[in-house]
Amino acid sequence: MKKYSDIAGDGGSNILGQVAEKGERLSARLRAVKWTVAVLSGKGGVGKSAVSVNLAATLAARGHTVGILDADLNGPSIAKMLGVRGQPLRIRQGAVQPAVGPAGIRVLSMDLFLPGDETPVLWDAPTQQDSFVWRGAHEVTALREFLTDTCWGKLDFLFLDLPPGTDRLANVVGLLPEGIGTLIVTIPSEVSHLVVRKSVTVARELLKSRVVGLLENMGAYVCAHCGIPETLFHDGGSARIAWEMGIPFLGSVPFDPRISACSDRGLPFVLDHVDSPAAKAFAAVATRLEEDLR
Amino acid sequence: MKFLCVACDEPMMLNRTEGPEEGSLTVVFACPRCPNKVAMLTNPWETQLVRALDVRLGGPDASPAPLQFIRSTLARKREGLEVTDATAKTVPLVWDPAAAERLKRAPEFIQPMARQSIERFAAERGYSRITEQVMDEARIALGL
Repeated sequence: MKKYSDIAGDGGSNILGQVAEKGERLSARLRAVKWTVAVLSGKGGVGKSAVSVNLAATLAARGHTVGILDADLNGPSIAKMLGVRGQPLRIRQGAVQPAVGPAGIRVLSMDLFLPGDETPVLWDAPTQQDSFVWRGAHEVTALREFLTDTCWGKLDFLFLDLPPGTDRLANVVGLLPEGIGTLIVTIPSEVSHLVVRKSVTVARELLKSRVVGLLENMGAYVCAHCGIPETLFHDGGSARIAWEMGIPFLGSVPFDPRISACSDRGLPFVLDHVDSPAAKAFAAVATRLEEDLR
Repeated sequence: MKFLCVACDEPMMLNRTEGPEEGSLTVVFACPRCPNKVAMLTNPWETQLVRALDVRLGGPDASPAPLQFIRSTLARKREGLEVTDATAKTVPLVWDPAAAERLKRAPEFIQPMARQSIERFAAERGYSRITEQVMDEARIALGL
């Protein structure tokens, strides 16, 4: 009796062929993207999206062409932070034109598809009960479609702003096996570092993704009156963690309450407060990226 | 998944699909050598998993529309979600006085081309008003 490997094809659907063709279309779409960088944190609440937005804006202001895919489908925030909520999405030449934010940053986010703030992402199904069985596959397919069907154009950097969780990187690395870089965001706390170590292991050893580096957010608080930096958390030693894990330490960005205020207004902080310590820190990180990814 | 006719030791070929009906897909395979047929019946989870993978039993769509999967499976989505080329052209564009003045500072012989490029860029992105910021975005995006 024949075995599975003895039979060519699958009787007419060519499922594997369909999957391969989708992969080829995705690769073709991203051929003009020089660097794809997944921004992840492992732990939530470290300011990963703010880092994605402000790093992208810093690079765009220097003349780079930059895009951001908001890969946090269930908690999309990039459209709000870049002031593109409500922009209509236009279809031209068989692809969706991304929304365009400040400094020409190209954006695609699930937020652009949802009718209101209170609307969660729900997929059409006979029942939402036990949706855990298929929801993950649904979301990966949606991510793939965002990447494939968006006319990103020629980009120097495409940032993928991932949701929190060490498992999230696997979703995108599986879609983009060639040359994706990983930028990990932490805050100076041992709790955050605990999860950072797992994220580095997943990225480097399991998924063979290049770890671009570790960025410490909210590393200090700069007093608005006297300009003297003070420790916000205790010194958690993010640079030491990077050294121990053998990955680059990209730098430390101080906390500035205006970053959140600018995000709420839809304008990247670095474009409005160029001379602030935080903007200068982002500039230093951007320079590191330009040099390391040359 | 493949199906084998045990009697003939031959791979079975996809005959037809039906459904989903009440969450179940019916996929019928037939032996090319004998009258033997088998129907695979999926439960709602299995049906949804096939749907989630965005593959088609029986072969792919000839030319899927952009974001077809998301638009057809997102249960709640914004109305008037996207605008195609045809309707995009009907959006009237207004030049902000400062933007118009800035265009006039460009060499005269390139003004018509620059105006056209900027207006096309703005229309494609849903802007109804061309401001200096829109001009900056167009300059970066189009390499003007």
